[in-house]
Amino acid sequence: MALHLEIEAIQKVYPSESPEGRVEVFHRIDLSVDPGQFVSIVGPSGCGKTTLLRIVAGLEARTSGRILLDGRESEERDRRIGMVFQDYALFPWRTAVRNIEIGLEIQGMPQQKRRSLAMKYVRVFGLEGFADKYPKELSGGMKQRVAIARTLVANPEVVLMDEPFGSLDSQTRNRLQDFLLRIWRERKDTILFVTHNVDEAVYLSDRIAVLSPRPAAVCGIFDVALERPRDRTGPEANRIRKEILELLHRPHTSPVTF
Amino acid sequence: MNWKRLAPPLAVLVLWQAGSTAGLIPGFKLPSPLQVLGGLADLALRGMPPGHRLHVHVLYSLERVLWGYGLAVLVAVPLGILMGWSRRVRDWIEPLVEILRPIPPLAWIPIAILWFGIGIRSAAFIIFLGAFFPVLLNTVSGVRSIDPLLIEAAQMLNAGRRFIFLKVLLPGSVPSILTGMRIGIGIGWMSLVAAEFTGVRQGYGLGYMIMTARDIQRPDEILAGMLVIGLIGLGIDGGLRLAERRLVRWR
Ligand SMILES: Nc1ncnc2c1ncn2[C@@H]1O[C@H](COP(=O)(O)OP(=O)(O)OP(=O)(O)O)[C@@H](O)[C@H]1O
Ligand SMILES: [Mg+2]
Repeated sequence: MALHLEIEAIQKVYPSESPEGRVEVFHRIDLSVDPGQFVSIVGPSGCGKTTLLRIVAGLEARTSGRILLDGRESEERDRRIGMVFQDYALFPWRTAVRNIEIGLEIQGMPQQKRRSLAMKYVRVFGLEGFADKYPKELSGGMKQRVAIARTLVANPEVVLMDEPFGSLDSQTRNRLQDFLLRIWRERKDTILFVTHNVDEAVYLSDRIAVLSPRPAAVCGIFDVALERPRDRTGPEANRIRKEILELLHRPHTSPVTF
Repeated sequence: MNWKRLAPPLAVLVLWQAGSTAGLIPGFKLPSPLQVLGGLADLALRGMPPGHRLHVHVLYSLERVLWGYGLAVLVAVPLGILMGWSRRVRDWIEPLVEILRPIPPLAWIPIAILWFGIGIRSAAFIIFLGAFFPVLLNTVSGVRSIDPLLIEAAQMLNAGRRFIFLKVLLPGSVPSILTGMRIGIGIGWMSLVAAEFTGVRQGYGLGYMIMTARDIQRPDEILAGMLVIGLIGLGIDGGLRLAERRLVRWR
């Protein structure tokens, strides 16, 4: 099921009338995500994390470079990629369960079948009793769970997540992190996860790519070979966290190439 | 019921009635409230012209509005969604709208009569014009105010253009569409009465009824007719508000 995702020499320039107004978000990004691997991207605010995800998603054009899925480049947006947006992006006129089932509706699944599948996700995601509530009636954590369920129920093979827990309090955030890991363990999707929270990246990921400020480049790659469930404050976790933080705070000269 | 809000109009009514009873207000210009009520009873029971009773006038007027307004909504909503969605369609239609929109619906009456003759079709046409632009413009702005992130979210779930049109743009602009529909029916209803002033063939319609009452010097019935027009407008508006509340519970 899971796919290999290869981000190859991606360059992104926002053009502008004046040459000085031209924004080079990144000059060259290379990153490989193995099938079923959980890879996080951390980097300073404004370095282009969202832009990179949107390019992989096919929502944004790249200036040059290639996105490969299992070694093949696709012309249009690849239908096997799903995305969880930072601001939930729930349809406000649909109840929780109808938000969750919309991907199945798009796939043409008959009403009864998709509703029962969506209700299964409602239970797995601990949203019982909230299935018929509108997004405005849900808490931030619930909305985020609906957004994740909506993406996963459509069964993508690569899941992109843009700071999904960024706006949650730390308790809810920790709970949802464990929750995501549990679901991922069962599904074994390929996940590319953006965060600016180093702790979160170390707790969740198999591998962490650190981006430098603009024009961004991958300035460090860390493999986190820790057993799950992980100890958030274990010595190895602390060591990796320290290294990443040092890298993020170091003034950058030239990007490291791998 | 908020009694404080009811007090001022009641006070005016009492003063008005007192002025009329005391002979300070000439009855042939402004009949007293009680006389207006009597006029209303006459309209309902005897009719103006005699035999043409109020409820039939109301039904004829409503039929004209329904036609004009219904057509306006049927054309303006899909067109508005298209315009909100596609830059190209908008660039084509918008200049036309900008030219036609400032022309008051009533200014179309002479040409409408020339095109459609006197009767329901020209009245419906005037109402169509009155309702069309508010519905259109509100629909366009409704579509354009939809968060582009929602369209991208649908795209990420592999939605095609048709799905996005029907299941994202349409429901997302329902609140604006309903607002436009409420403004539209208001203008449509106002235009109707004026359209009926200038002529109807069947001898029915609230505007026609009022003009007939004027012809035979019945100010009480004129005012009663105006009252009925206002109340029906109020009722329509209230009904649409109710629909709005039910349909956009998610807001
Ligand atoms: N349409 C655009 N035109 C010009 N510049 C843009 C455009 N969109 C984004 N940028 C620039 O690209 C850079 C990267 O933006 P992006 O949103 O990808 O950063 P980010 O790493 O996700 O930031 P954050 O952590 O705050 O979410 C920013 O400096 C932004 O100003
Ligand atoms: Mg971002």
